[in-house]
Amino acid sequence: MIILSAENISKTFKGLKALDSVSFQVEEGEVYGIIGPNGSGKTTLINCITGFIRHEKGKVFFRDKNITKLPPHKIARMGITRTFQIMRPYFSLPAYKNLVIPLWGPRARKLGGWRGGGKHGDRDTVAIDILEEIGFERDSRVPYKLASTLPTGYLKRLELARCIAMRPEVILCDEIFSGLSVGEIGGLIPLLEKLKLEGVTIIMVEHRLRELFKVADRVMALQFGEKIAEGKPYDVIEDSRVREAYLGSDEV
Amino acid sequence: MDILVYGTINSIILALMSLGFTLVYSISRLPNFAHGALYIATGYTVWMLLNSLELSYPLAILIGILGTAASGALIYRFALIRVRGMEISEVIASYAIGLAIIEGLRWGGLRGSTFTLPSFMSGSITFFDVSIDYQRLIIMVTGFAVFVMLYLFTRFTKTGLAFRGIAQDERASMMLGIDSDFTAILSLAIGSGLAGLSAVILLPLGNIVVETGYNVLIFSIAVSIIGGLGSWSGVVVASFIIGFAQILTEVFLSSHYQMVVALLAIIVTLLIKPSGIMGKQKELEERV
Amino acid sequence: MKRSERVDRGINVRSEGIYAISSLKEILYLAGPRMALVLILFLLPVVLDSVPYWKRVVNIMLVYSLLAISFDFLANYVGLVCLGCSFFVGVGGYTSAILNSYLHVPIYLSIPLASVLGAVICTLLLLPCLWLRGVYFAIITLMYPLLLTRVIEALNIFGGTNGISGIESLPGNDLENYIIIVVMLAILFGLRRFVNQDIGLVMRGVKDNDQSIRASGINVTWIKTQAVFIASLIGCFAGSYLVHLYIWAGLSLFALDFSIIPIAAVTIGGSGFLIGAVVGSFILVPLSEFLRFFGSFRIVIYCVVLTLFIVFKSEGIMMYISRRYHQFERWVDV
Ligand SMILES: Nc1ncnc2c1ncn2[C@@H]1O[C@H](COP(=O)(O)OP(=O)(O)O)[C@@H](O)[C@H]1O
Ligand SMILES: [Mg+2]
Repeated sequence: MIILSAENISKTFKGLKALDSVSFQVEEGEVYGIIGPNGSGKTTLINCITGFIRHEKGKVFFRDKNITKLPPHKIARMGITRTFQIMRPYFSLPAYKNLVIPLWGPRARKLGGWRGGGKHGDRDTVAIDILEEIGFERDSRVPYKLASTLPTGYLKRLELARCIAMRPEVILCDEIFSGLSVGEIGGLIPLLEKLKLEGVTIIMVEHRLRELFKVADRVMALQFGEKIAEGKPYDVIEDSRVREAYLGSDEV
Repeated sequence: MDILVYGTINSIILALMSLGFTLVYSISRLPNFAHGALYIATGYTVWMLLNSLELSYPLAILIGILGTAASGALIYRFALIRVRGMEISEVIASYAIGLAIIEGLRWGGLRGSTFTLPSFMSGSITFFDVSIDYQRLIIMVTGFAVFVMLYLFTRFTKTGLAFRGIAQDERASMMLGIDSDFTAILSLAIGSGLAGLSAVILLPLGNIVVETGYNVLIFSIAVSIIGGLGSWSGVVVASFIIGFAQILTEVFLSSHYQMVVALLAIIVTLLIKPSGIMGKQKELEERV
Repeated sequence: MKRSERVDRGINVRSEGIYAISSLKEILYLAGPRMALVLILFLLPVVLDSVPYWKRVVNIMLVYSLLAISFDFLANYVGLVCLGCSFFVGVGGYTSAILNSYLHVPIYLSIPLASVLGAVICTLLLLPCLWLRGVYFAIITLMYPLLLTRVIEALNIFGGTNGISGIESLPGNDLENYIIIVVMLAILFGLRRFVNQDIGLVMRGVKDNDQSIRASGINVTWIKTQAVFIASLIGCFAGSYLVHLYIWAGLSLFALDFSIIPIAAVTIGGSGFLIGAVVGSFILVPLSEFLRFFGSFRIVIYCVVLTLFIVFKSEGIMMYISRRYHQFERWVDV
């Protein structure tokens, strides 16, 4: 079943076409990758889908519901969550309190947070459970540290944790692997697979193709705001236009 | 006809008042809330120079304007430079400095008798059945002259070009080696100088009273917000909008509403299009 | 060679809300400062019994504390810098005056009613601006009190420039003091609790970055609305109390003092932990009584002090004291 579909999304910034009639559909429970060189409009696409910026043309459907003109918080409440490429934790709060906020939000209050926890119970405990799951050592002091003192690796995971806490149906990840060490990515991949098994749909914008291809079922490639290829990961990478787009880039 | 002529004059007055504020903001992104205070301080300084030291009028004016320009630069050099980039601190610090100047004047100088600056020229001419005194004519001419000069300055001099560069893209300009602090000092000096200049030519129209300091601040904020913070063409457009709106309310309602019009205009603009009429939406659209 | 080193005084009590209190001494260590504040405030009217003038100053001081708390809460816990606290004072004050003088609502109803009603009015008026950020919100809040002043002047409503008189005065001297003391303490401690609740966390989140709040499915405007309501409730109470204290409501309720002194108080006392706001007002307001003689020069002094504190990025007096309280310095060999 198709859970999320975008039809002909176009967005221009002062004459610059950031997205040019991009359409794609994502099946429920699949991991869908979006690749493309820098500035090809990947982040913009996520922003348009999640309502953070308004696109001029095109529609977005979530399970046949038109969510095109909805404000971001309403879209998030339906279970479509996102991470930010430039990490946006609550710097003045301790790491676990960062998760208390999404757990306090209307969606988690109604359904309970991740795995139903924290609905009426203690949000702090659930927050720490989630953090442990995502690789913050429970018995260390890391979960209690101020977010402003955490290194990038932890902040990236905190972004993901914030999504998970909301018990999402779709997660859109914007380059969560970038800035992580190979070891840290190795720790995240099983988590993503577990989420997938639990039925969460994951859309991943990613630069690190090798790691992405380990988890992705299907991949779409963007260039200059246009969709140039879609399909199985290794088919897409064989596509001549994709090769051309990445030519000279050592990531392939 | 009355409305047209006086509307135009009023608009030019507003533009002159607020030009300094906008100039500073557009170049150094500093909301200089001490603008109104500098304006009224110039008026008082010139009056003191004229009446206590008995200097000649042109000399007093020159010293007044230069003094204000210098104080603007000093304010930046010793206070604002330390809070640069922290928006709210900038606002509070410059507002507090402005308040200190204004209330200081109220306490120490502008009390008791009325203070007036003499007109440059007395008499008036008649223009399509509307009589205009020479002072207002001078204001119009100066207004045009200032705008033309600024235009030429920013297109054809090196410093002016640097100003424009900073106004457009601060980071890129800094990489090109333009010293942001130096331009900020300069912009504050010029902006304050403009406040002084407008004070000198506008104040002869009435008495020097402390409240003018607040009113000038409010009007310049109004004009620059409505025009779009930091947009120079916006200043002109917004001045004409508010200028005519004020004259119209004065004619059809009463002069009490002048300030209400300006304030309402600010609020409505901020609500509908915070970047203002000619604004570039730079501040508000955040990259996500 | 020796250098000074800072050491945490005591104990395990300071680790993020988890208190492991084992002795009376530790309880005192924790509760001492609070008890001292409460005690001092309750004793003030008794001590100053023979000088009614200073009892009044205490009231004014507490009114400013409330305003400063309201400013501090909005600015440092929600990220909305309100440069026009006098807006709250004015709206609350006028509402109370209208209720009491025009509609003959008795005083014990008019103060609470005016606080709530005034807060609703303030919130509704500010509602359209809540999506503005940073300087834009600051500027617009600066404009609101001015606008209301000019509107009242121009339309000549609510007594115009003469104001509204014939307002019931607060009952007896001691009660007058204790009302505001109790309310101030309740708001101070209540708000300190509140900001550490989950909803308080969300508000702090709004200050840190509202995009993540949106991404968490929370309506930022709604959160800000609640915060503004709380702040204006505090401000409107202060205004309505003042009106009954002066038995008069007029345009001076929108005056600059009510906007600038709270900001100065917060900056001096230390921003971001509410108690700093109180301490700041306790310093500034009595000071301004001593300076009464200078007239409008007082504002100059506030402004200079405020500028110095802001420009030199001072952490504020309260921060200094609390550091001293929780840590001690000692010299160690290196
Ligand atoms: N808020 C914005 N204002 C103007 N241009 C933008 C904005 N956001 C993105 N762009 C432009 O849109 C293009 C696509 O950007 P982005 O979606 O961030 O690319 P990617 O995430 O694929 O690297 C870029 O050229 C970028 O400069
Ligand atoms: Mg990107």
